[in-house]
Amino acid sequence: MNQKYLIPLTAVFLLFIIAYIGVEGAGLQWFFGIVFPYAAMIFFIAGFVYKVMGWAASAVPFRIPTTCGQAKSLPWIKQNSIDNPDTSTGVFVRMILEIFLFRSLFRNTKAAFNKNASNKLSYSWEIFLWIGALAFHYSFLVVILRHFRFFTSPVPSCLKMLEYFDGIVQMGLPGLFLSGVVLLAATLFLLARRIFDAKVNYISQAADYFPLFLIIGIAVTGISMRYFTKVDIIGIKTLTMGLATLNPTIPEGVGGLFYSHIFLVSILFVYFPLSKLMHMGGVFLSPTRNMANNTRAKRHINPWNYDVKTHTYAEYEDHFRDKMIEAGLPVDKKE
Amino acid sequence: MNKSIIITGLLIFVLAVLSPFWFNFITTTEAAPEPELLGKAKDAEKCVLDKYDMRANHMSLLDEWRDSVVRDADRQYKAANGNMFNMSLSTGEKSCLGCHEDKTKFCDKCHTYTSVDPYCWECHTNPKDLAQGD
Repeated sequence: MNQKYLIPLTAVFLLFIIAYIGVEGAGLQWFFGIVFPYAAMIFFIAGFVYKVMGWAASAVPFRIPTTCGQAKSLPWIKQNSIDNPDTSTGVFVRMILEIFLFRSLFRNTKAAFNKNASNKLSYSWEIFLWIGALAFHYSFLVVILRHFRFFTSPVPSCLKMLEYFDGIVQMGLPGLFLSGVVLLAATLFLLARRIFDAKVNYISQAADYFPLFLIIGIAVTGISMRYFTKVDIIGIKTLTMGLATLNPTIPEGVGGLFYSHIFLVSILFVYFPLSKLMHMGGVFLSPTRNMANNTRAKRHINPWNYDVKTHTYAEYEDHFRDKMIEAGLPVDKKE
Repeated sequence: MNKSIIITGLLIFVLAVLSPFWFNFITTTEAAPEPELLGKAKDAEKCVLDKYDMRANHMSLLDEWRDSVVRDADRQYKAANGNMFNMSLSTGEKSCLGCHEDKTKFCDKCHTYTSVDPYCWECHTNPKDLAQGD
């Protein structure tokens, strides 16, 4: 047993129970359905802006792009213009590929001892982190976009299109949305990786497990409401539309599970700016990715360099010329 | 990175996060629908399940009915309140549409509101549509 994942797991359970009991027992619908979501939203935006502005104000004195290919060199040497870009176009393409396809995860390797008799330590390509991360991020994106049906009325046709493709397997009633299944499967895989892979387990902290458990909790409560326990969706949309139009109401007949779901989502929003989840904004600002490798073509001066008092060789020679000539040392300029 | 680019990006992000709010301000928002109980449904005041139970579970019930009718040829459903119903969307007096006469004023109202597109009507027909067609 490992406290690094037991504590976050317990925390998510407790958060779930707090909201459930708060609604079912204490009748605090107004708090978990209105006050906390609004507060979480404000905190999320303020925290996000604060974090990014802090990064924007930080000095980046050095050109430190990671070079993953041939740099621009002599004309007959082929440059890798995406993995080692020297123009802003190259940087743009590199950033797009990083943000949408996670290329640096694609390069993930693992170190392991060979299973054969040689028992050598060797490195090999490990693609499953990349696959899990892609599956997780894109399914979560689709799930979030699908939830706009609770915040718009009438629902825009582009959302209906998304729902159509997400539910294209037409399984069961209500129809199965693939994104929900993929989201849960991918988070469970990423969790299993942290627990069962000894090397990943060794570097995993509570802050790595908590968001996973939180998102698993959100997915499980959401899936449960849609497919198993069932909820009054008109009541829920009345509440969410009330939130979106700043005219909040608490509907009748909506149970604790929904409030647990929305509370866990609110917790995710609050936790977001305080945690590693800020890589959502941070990925755009990675200095090792968003800089052009043009240090040979262009001189970059540290912006906070003060005027250093220099003493060049010419000045040195001016200073000591007589003595140098006297001692028989060679000089550039004779008098 | 250039500060103005960062602030532009941040602004776009904040606008995207706040989209549920401003989107409802710039578009006209439809209020939550009140499904109309017409004709027999209005007089009966008793459906297959309780109001909130029905709202939440009618799709599962229809799914079970479909299995029951197609696989077991069992078309009778005894409701919790003792009433007998015909396990059918549209056939007969004791079916769904037999009581809730107008699909557009009953089924469709909530389905449209919550962007639910049930595929019932890809096979079944609304008797009213047929009558109009003749």
